[in-house]
Amino acid sequence: MMHRSHVQKLGFAFLTLCAITVVAPILVVIGIIFVEGVRVVSWEFISAVPHDGMKEGGIFPAIVGTLLLTLGTAVCAIPVGVGGSVYLAEYAKDNWMTRAIRLAIVNLAGIPSIVYGLFGLGMFVLFMHMGTSILAGVLTLAIMTLPVIISTSEEALRTVPTEFRTVSASLGGTRWQGIRYIVLPQALPGIITGIILGLLRAAGETAPILFTVAAFYLPRLPQSPFDQVMALPYHLYVISTQVPGMPMSVQYGTALVLLILVLSMNFVATIIRSYFRRRRQW
Amino acid sequence: MNFNLAPNTNKSTTLTMKKSKPERSTWSEFFVESSIRVVGFSTIGFVALIFLFLLREGLPIFYEISPANVFGTRWYPTFDIFGSLPLILGSAYVTVASILIALPLGVCTAVFVREVAPQWTREILKPLIEVLAGIPSVVLGFFGMHVIAPLVRINLDAPTGLTAFTGALLLAYMSLPTIISVAEDALDSVPKSYRDAALAMGATKWQTIWRIVVPAARSGIATAVMLGMGRAIGETMAVMMVTGNAARMPLSVNSLFMPVRTMTATIAAEMGEVANGSVHYHALFGIGIMLFILTFCINLVAAKAIFKKRYRGGLR
Repeated sequence: MMHRSHVQKLGFAFLTLCAITVVAPILVVIGIIFVEGVRVVSWEFISAVPHDGMKEGGIFPAIVGTLLLTLGTAVCAIPVGVGGSVYLAEYAKDNWMTRAIRLAIVNLAGIPSIVYGLFGLGMFVLFMHMGTSILAGVLTLAIMTLPVIISTSEEALRTVPTEFRTVSASLGGTRWQGIRYIVLPQALPGIITGIILGLLRAAGETAPILFTVAAFYLPRLPQSPFDQVMALPYHLYVISTQVPGMPMSVQYGTALVLLILVLSMNFVATIIRSYFRRRRQW
Repeated sequence: MNFNLAPNTNKSTTLTMKKSKPERSTWSEFFVESSIRVVGFSTIGFVALIFLFLLREGLPIFYEISPANVFGTRWYPTFDIFGSLPLILGSAYVTVASILIALPLGVCTAVFVREVAPQWTREILKPLIEVLAGIPSVVLGFFGMHVIAPLVRINLDAPTGLTAFTGALLLAYMSLPTIISVAEDALDSVPKSYRDAALAMGATKWQTIWRIVVPAARSGIATAVMLGMGRAIGETMAVMMVTGNAARMPLSVNSLFMPVRTMTATIAAEMGEVANGSVHYHALFGIGIMLFILTFCINLVAAKAIFKKRYRGGLR
């Protein structure tokens, strides 16, 4: 029988090993993509239009497409998402209707991204006759992003102490004034973090845009919301599976650009959160 | 939190409010508050809309072809054979395999982060795990295709590295952030008095963790597994890129090292090429309905556990 202090040492070593097994591959993935991709990423690669069957040139239209989709998603999802979180955190009473809303949010968060794609195809592209367009894709992505924004924003609103609302009310402020001028500004960093995390997901998703926006090869920029666009995640999928003889360097370069875009959003969210958490007075 | 001072609902405050506030601001306030309400309820509408449109496009498959065909064991759309069983089993197979990898890893990591790791390690681990959650699935799929699959092929001496195992491995890592964060919350909600009592009885920290804290958190850990499974079943791009996409019945342990095809990958791969309104089109939406119901049930169970926790914690 081993002494129990040895058991503890062995156990802790095992837990450490598990944590390393989880974290090390993340660094390996990022490291390999960075090392392989950094060779091809140049100003030309990110600013030129692809040509020669996408084997030459750059990925500029795909970058613009992803930025447009992300921006559009932000415009559609932020008002609804933040409004929904204000309702849940400040107005909703504890009754069955509120529970139904929460259930809906949990389920929205759990619906597979490809099912969002099907829904976007069925409703926006075909039923509402938007065609395969930026608008259809943006609306699909916005609904997919909603649960993330709502739940993180609600969390942020709930961390604002009740006293803030009480004081606002005691000074003669209406409920909405209390929310608008006291609670929302205090919760803003948390809300922004939530928004970025939601948009990050939208920027990296491929499945919802497969049948709603994505263009296989479109070497020009979109003119209206009813145009198709190329998008980085879809582009990466296409060049790594559908185009034979695609140079590996271009594939790694595209992966790297997408990774940098997403990770920098992640980084900004982390910075905002930790900066304001440290500065917070309550 | 539930103090009720909205001017339009509470008469005693309205009297004093009305003197200082012009009428217009009350109206705009009423407008803002009602739109917030509408927006709050809209989420239910979205879930209903999604289900409605899936039904609208997918339900025909269940009367266009016979049930024996729908739940048959062969999926050959070119011959109008739409047996969804290999796809359902494919999804289940890959999901279960990924959970078997992710559950021990995730729970141990959560225990490490919550109970054992010093502060500085925690500060490094948590952002890294968040980074993993943020990596797009298509990037992981790309990595799996070009780095992991060749490794699998060489080590197993198999004809291809695009196997169920490769997919399960990727899925495990994709569901790890979910599992770790939910399991961490579960460990966090174990009262401190439990730990104190165990330590006071002379138990080591290790004994306290494994015999008291983890068992006390088991319902939360079960929720973590459910949510991780939901994530794994719904994952599309990475799985499509690394599992080889052969629609065959995965019935033995050996199938782990052969190609499989999941429900999500089938929709993603085939929807681009079908004619709108064809039988094949309806069949793909039919799979969408199954996926929706499946994840709905999983989340229903998980949500029950989450809500229970919220209420047990009382008002914040």
